[in-house]
Amino acid sequence: MDDITDKKIGFLQNKANEIRQSIIEMLLEAGSGHTAGPLGMADVFSALYFHILHHDPKRPDWVERDRVILSNGHICPVLYATMAHAGYFPIEELKTLRKFGSRLQGHPHREWLPMLETSSGPLGEGLSQAVGMALADRIDSGRSSSRNFFVMMSDGEMDEGLNYEAMMLAGKERLHNIIAIVDRNNIQIDGFTEDIMPLENFYAKWQSFNWHVQEIDGHSFDQIIGAVAEAKTIFDQPSVIIARTIPGKGVAEFERKFEWHGKPPNKEEAVMALTELRTLGGKIKSEHQ
Amino acid sequence: MLNSTQKLNSKMFDADVEQVPIRKGFGEGLLAAGQADPKIVGLCADLTESTQMHLFKNKYPERFVQVGVAEQNLAGVASGMAAMGKIPFLSSYAMFSPGRNWEQIRTTICYNNVNVKIVGSHAGISVGPDGGTHQAIEDIAITRVIPRMTVISPCDSVEAKKATLAIAKIIGPVYLRLARDKTPIITTDETPFEIGKAQIVWQGGRASGSGEEIEIVRAHVGIIATGALVHKAIVAARDLVAEGIMVTVMNLATIKPLDVAAVTELADNTGAIVTVEEHQIAGGMGSAVAECLAQKHPVPIEFIGVTDQFGQSGTPSELVEHYGMGVSHIKTAVKKVLARKK
Repeated sequence: MDDITDKKIGFLQNKANEIRQSIIEMLLEAGSGHTAGPLGMADVFSALYFHILHHDPKRPDWVERDRVILSNGHICPVLYATMAHAGYFPIEELKTLRKFGSRLQGHPHREWLPMLETSSGPLGEGLSQAVGMALADRIDSGRSSSRNFFVMMSDGEMDEGLNYEAMMLAGKERLHNIIAIVDRNNIQIDGFTEDIMPLENFYAKWQSFNWHVQEIDGHSFDQIIGAVAEAKTIFDQPSVIIARTIPGKGVAEFERKFEWHGKPPNKEEAVMALTELRTLGGKIKSEHQ
Repeated sequence: MLNSTQKLNSKMFDADVEQVPIRKGFGEGLLAAGQADPKIVGLCADLTESTQMHLFKNKYPERFVQVGVAEQNLAGVASGMAAMGKIPFLSSYAMFSPGRNWEQIRTTICYNNVNVKIVGSHAGISVGPDGGTHQAIEDIAITRVIPRMTVISPCDSVEAKKATLAIAKIIGPVYLRLARDKTPIITTDETPFEIGKAQIVWQGGRASGSGEEIEIVRAHVGIIATGALVHKAIVAARDLVAEGIMVTVMNLATIKPLDVAAVTELADNTGAIVTVEEHQIAGGMGSAVAECLAQKHPVPIEFIGVTDQFGQSGTPSELVEHYGMGVSHIKTAVKKVLARKK
């Protein structure tokens, strides 16, 4: 696996903390949107955009880039915030989220923000598109293509049948450069996933579709980066990383509560959340500097 | 009389007129389009031969994707391939694609604005013995309502081939509607085809004399037909000559974007319209014509199509007669609309 220094981990933790602050700020400004999922996935997105991806924010149409396909479009605040912090567009623009005329549509729309790989919102459609991208890539570049297709998914959207159609095809075609990362945060709108529609044995489900499966702590940069590195060594199977995360991670009041799936913080809650995140940010900086 | 400028098949009224399934033209067209452009890829959901994609698959196996019986994935995978610069043609039965996978088509193809061609075979009631589950008679409605979608419904195999070649060259989502059953050949290789252009195939009006003495007799009724029923519309028009009723017949292959100028001109010239399609009357080609004429040139319209019912098993001709889309029904509709004309 990649050797990763404490200093690098501190850098990624700090980026994740800044991303979380931006998420709170943009949701407060928008007055609607999803809180728990974006906060929970901030570490994975930080690891991706600030360490793992082959990409160039100044050349979003660079053909050799890795692709990030966000399937559960409702967590787009974390995608937008991460892209802004990575330099794709000004951080100030985050405050236009969900506003009339904004490029940052309530659910991602590639036409408004062409640097996105796809539009999403209706659940369970990202994997299918990634399979198409990887198949097209294989026609052009053969089986040794080093371009990776990262599909960001959620556990809740695994209720959608289309995912299993896409899993079957990816397994059949042995699309090694697909790396799906599933946010296993155990919540969906109506409650806990295992109450609404049980997904376990989740690991075995993927395995039975001929996928290489890893299960990790989705807040550990070591584990996120290590799992992606392992996935890249697999040649004859697509890979899935089941990232166990805490929904609302980083703000104690929001953590693990499905009520925070689909609502934004009010002014008071946002102030409380930002105070907590800034304190944590200070700690990260003092520990790693 | 047949419109000579369209170079139509002069044998179309013969008892032994050549009959070919419309979908066959697609298979030949895709093979030719694939030869011309290596970006073209084919995707199918376990109906490769039935939708005639096997010709392409056999020639270019490395550019063919078999997704299994999974039409939602068919659409999503095609969208992903298009995002990487391919020109995907996906085929299945119209009932399943765009039927089963409508939302995937809307979101991943049209909302994303990617260059995917959706080919729905076995559209219409003439699917026959398979019965109502397999007879797509809502597909025009659900595709034409999606922004950016072009909708094309060829009248015969020859036109289907030309349409396939033409849609391969335009950028953007297209729905190509095909029928299963053998259909009389109306057009020839020389008949012009252009996306978005309606064609007058039978002229009811006539001009005689010359210079200032020219006398123009206008047709009494215009028929606008699409798909496999265009032949029946022409037969009805020809029959009606004997009864002194002049009918002009338009082949409307491109349902969207609608050829507003041609449709309006026909309404202006005739003052009464009959639309003919193998589809629910609600939301279909006739509705598109009515939406246009209600705004541009209101005239009485009669609609030939399925009247808010499901199909059933039977031979294609039994079903076309039972559901009121035969030559006699078209003639009756012409007389009815004529009576409504002021």
